[in-house]
Amino acid sequence: MSAEAGLAALPAAEPLRSRSGAGPAPVRIVVGYGFWIFLLSDIILFSALFATYAVQQGQTAGGPSAHQLFGLRNAGIETLALLFSSYTCGLAIVAMEQRRMSAFYLCFALTFVLGATFLGLELTEFAGFVARGAGPTRSGFLSAFFSLVGLHGAHVTVGLLWLIFLVAQTAYRGPLDYVRRRLLCFSLFWHALDIIWVGLLTMVYLMGAR
Amino acid sequence: MRKAPGNLAVWRGAMLLAAAGWAGLCHAEGVLDPQGPIAAAERTLLLNATAIMLVVVIPVMVLTVAFAWWYRASNTRATYAPDWSHSGRIEFVVWSIPAMVVILLAAVAWGSAHLLDPARALSSDQKPVRIEVVSLDWKWLFIYPDLGIATLNQITVPEGTPIEFMLTSTNVMNAFWVPQLGSMIYTMPGMTTHLNLLATNAGDFAGFSSNFSGDGFSDMRFTVHSLPAAGFHSWLEVARGEAALDGEAYSRLAQSGTDVSLRTYGQVTPGLFDRIERDSIGLSAQTMGH
Amino acid sequence: MLGKLTWQAIPWHEPPAMAASAFIILGILGILILITRKGWWGYLWNEWLTSVDHKRIGVMYVLLALVLLVRGFSDAIMMRTQLAMAAGNAPGYLPPEHYDQIFTAHGTIMIFFMAMPFVIGLMNFVVPLQLGVRDVAFPVLNSVSFWLTAAGALLVNVSLVVGEFARTGWLAYPPLSELAFSPGVGVDYYLWALQISGLGTLLAGINMVTTILKLRAPGMTYMRMPVFVWTALCSSMMIVAAFPILTATFGMLLLDRYAGMHFFTTDGGGNFMMYVNLIWAWGHPEVYILALPGFGIFSEVIATFSGKQLFGYRSMVLATLAICVLSNMVWLHHFFTMGAGADVNAVFGIMSMIIAIPTGVKLFNWLFTMFRGRIRFEVPVLWTIGFMVTFVLGGLTGVLLAVPPADFQLHNSLFLVAHFHNVIIGAVLFGLMAGYYYWFPKAFGFTLHRGLGVVSFWCWFIGFYLAFFPLYAVGLLGATRRMQHYADLSWQPYMIVAEVGAVVIMCGIIATILQLVISIRTRESRRDLTGDPWEGRTLEWATASPPPAYNFARLPTVESLDAFWVMKQRHTGNTSNVYPAIEMPRNSANGFLTAFFAVVIGFSLVWHIWWLVVLGLAGAAVILVSFGWRERVPVEVSGEQLAADEAAWRGAGVPG
Repeated sequence: MSAEAGLAALPAAEPLRSRSGAGPAPVRIVVGYGFWIFLLSDIILFSALFATYAVQQGQTAGGPSAHQLFGLRNAGIETLALLFSSYTCGLAIVAMEQRRMSAFYLCFALTFVLGATFLGLELTEFAGFVARGAGPTRSGFLSAFFSLVGLHGAHVTVGLLWLIFLVAQTAYRGPLDYVRRRLLCFSLFWHALDIIWVGLLTMVYLMGAR
Repeated sequence: MRKAPGNLAVWRGAMLLAAAGWAGLCHAEGVLDPQGPIAAAERTLLLNATAIMLVVVIPVMVLTVAFAWWYRASNTRATYAPDWSHSGRIEFVVWSIPAMVVILLAAVAWGSAHLLDPARALSSDQKPVRIEVVSLDWKWLFIYPDLGIATLNQITVPEGTPIEFMLTSTNVMNAFWVPQLGSMIYTMPGMTTHLNLLATNAGDFAGFSSNFSGDGFSDMRFTVHSLPAAGFHSWLEVARGEAALDGEAYSRLAQSGTDVSLRTYGQVTPGLFDRIERDSIGLSAQTMGH
Repeated sequence: MLGKLTWQAIPWHEPPAMAASAFIILGILGILILITRKGWWGYLWNEWLTSVDHKRIGVMYVLLALVLLVRGFSDAIMMRTQLAMAAGNAPGYLPPEHYDQIFTAHGTIMIFFMAMPFVIGLMNFVVPLQLGVRDVAFPVLNSVSFWLTAAGALLVNVSLVVGEFARTGWLAYPPLSELAFSPGVGVDYYLWALQISGLGTLLAGINMVTTILKLRAPGMTYMRMPVFVWTALCSSMMIVAAFPILTATFGMLLLDRYAGMHFFTTDGGGNFMMYVNLIWAWGHPEVYILALPGFGIFSEVIATFSGKQLFGYRSMVLATLAICVLSNMVWLHHFFTMGAGADVNAVFGIMSMIIAIPTGVKLFNWLFTMFRGRIRFEVPVLWTIGFMVTFVLGGLTGVLLAVPPADFQLHNSLFLVAHFHNVIIGAVLFGLMAGYYYWFPKAFGFTLHRGLGVVSFWCWFIGFYLAFFPLYAVGLLGATRRMQHYADLSWQPYMIVAEVGAVVIMCGIIATILQLVISIRTRESRRDLTGDPWEGRTLEWATASPPPAYNFARLPTVESLDAFWVMKQRHTGNTSNVYPAIEMPRNSANGFLTAFFAVVIGFSLVWHIWWLVVLGLAGAAVILVSFGWRERVPVEVSGEQLAADEAAWRGAGVPG
């Protein structure tokens, strides 16, 4: 095949129609997207524990069952606290984008308090179970319960610590680009924890207490 | 450069080795030497599926070497089409061939999975012999609940009679496997699995554990003795005279350690198997296999 | 004070373990002394250990993999020797307590610390270059990922010297791996090492997915990405989907062992069948995580060395995506014999066969890439043809095993062992060796010695058949995996042939090591001055060898598939000598320090040294917070510097 014929056979340069050919995305998008992929992996982590809980729900080994243990009132207050904290988190991010810094700090303070309330209630519930002899070592069901709900609680704890760090960094350095990116990631994280909680509430508490 | 050893001696050596291996396989015991209908059906399945796939695999291997050789850079007679990289017709064929093979084998898989399910009872006019199997660290205990006897590391069965196995384990997972009779199945603590086999003729068949269970795992072998009906009855008479498998004898067995001795117990505490299965998980029993 | 750790933990009374430990310790000491005497610490720290450059990290991953290949292979040849000897009443030379640790270590090391780092290393090195960009999405995270993997590898090797390793097989099924039946530290070493490296792998997967989906040169639409990038994308998506399951499952086993919970115990409502399901829900995608990049390498190699565009690009992409999805739906075929019933077994068997369709399509596409090509028999092509011939046989036995009743006879036998080595060595190892030779000149600026590459290939190819085909046979005779001795003397000839095969493979590994040493010594005679030693088709060949830290002075504009090939044909390349200044990320000690504390935490968890755990966690927290707090100032590379670098490279007569 001659060189000219070869060249002619090459695909002509098509005009770019799709955004996938637009070149490297800006940093803000890359960071947000990467964090989103991380959150998806975290949801899969929870799925494995959800699956285990589903299998072991009935394995009470002669000990207390979901019906005997779970209080829907407590779960309801925890839900309100967490969901409302998501709302205040969203408000804080909006305030940040609009550079209304006092609203930002207030909303994140509320987020922290509500998150800490959730955590406090959950820890009290756990302590109560343990005191009643329904700790995680009692049965397969309780191991699954404590690890699933406990993992969510651990995420909330890490979130609260992360929140303190980010607010401190914002106060110290101001709303720089990378600080705002991190705050955006935090809010994604916090909302994701909400979604997981809704799943937990349904599958563990609502279905268990019936 | 050479892409295949031109040395004839090497090829001859390889062929000889393969032939020796194949000869060894054909005359030896194992999966390819079925002594029962399950193993026979499984061998047929293996050979047929392999043959079906070789119809595609061998031409692919030949074509690979052939194309590589013919289209080598030094071969100026070969056509060179550097921009040819798509052909709808070829695509259609290359998707279809594997798809057709898979459809065929899928049908085989569906049918055979149901026909040869371990829990499926074998049809026969003979009344099945029921054997309860317990895998311990590291020995095999076999209890005959209907006959009131038990054996260690050996099974005796009448030929041509279906054997219904109920299997459990005292602590860790094991697997019960007699290649010449057919399918293996896991033994698991706290639950019962089910297996149905049949030995067509008389003979001795090797049995193994095929799931690693610790240091003594390699010694967990047992033998299946298939006897003619008369022989089985005389064996049973002798067996009934042996010592009993009482609580003390069992707790000695249950202690961890390899035990390759061959023993027969003339009497077994009734319900021993159920108790073993229950005790290994403490409280509730679960059954597996439908 | 030191938890469960005592002087007894060191294997004073076990000569083989002491010998191996001494060898490793002396080896490491020797290297440390050499580095100190040559004054290389500064260079190593600044250029490698704290590097966030994907190319450097990729090289370190591959180096880790090659070192662990030697360790994993030593385990293999010890096993083969034992089985060649231990027929009839002969006990062999390895008592069960050792043999069991050796086969567990062999599987664990080969999968987690040889194959995974090798694959991730090649993906790391190649993908940003093929995408025409400067680095991955998160360079510092990349460094953390590597060092966490290295930390896991270190812990596994520490278990040889201090304590013991797991004796459960590479997947550590309960109940055997529970505290009741594995009371020692072995399973704990296994679990913590894999949790640490698993985190590293997950982060690497997230990094790669984000890079491929969000960072590509202008003009590179999805259907203009090289096939290796597609396979890297699918493999990385599978990492993101599967590794959290591994983390969760191992986490639950750890809770059973450390906190007395009842996930998989035989009492208290535990369900060990759940473990089997979960671990294989990770395990099956894992093997495709390894195989897909191998397939991608073969696609690149065969197209380049046939001088021809890869046949059926679109169907290759489709097949890769199909494998990516289907691989998550077949996990039960690893335990047909657990008694799930005919319907469940049949469905999973059929799903497993369906994966053979896209895999077969790929094979035919490679075949038709060779068709009417002009094939140059470089070393990577040998590996590719060796793979094509070998892998179809492994695939055949795989589809065979996917028929449940066939599996009822062959599950856990040496037939199964032969099958999975057939597919893994064929697809993964041969692919990695091809990729190693193919991309080596890009990484280091000189090609590898060709003759030794040919020797290595033939030793591996012949050695593989000698080592594993007897295992197919002896599996059919009734030989189970993981046995330390066997009664039937008629199996011994097969075991001896397998041992010979292992020795031949060892020659292949030695050839590879010699190849590296000799290539370095004679590198001036094999310099790659143009950056394109193979007449490449993709963008990594459009840079110098080795590329500058920033890869491309100006990001290329991509106009088609096989972007570099088209650029060469059309002579479209650089038209301007003016380059805008760019910013590159600064080095970071974050990764190295994180891994240091990970090793401390892991080791002290294994031995129950709780105060050291707390200290380690505190240290890691300090690292995290301090690195998060600091301003990260990028390094600026001026336009003049870029122009000078380009001129120096292009002065060597580079096309474009």
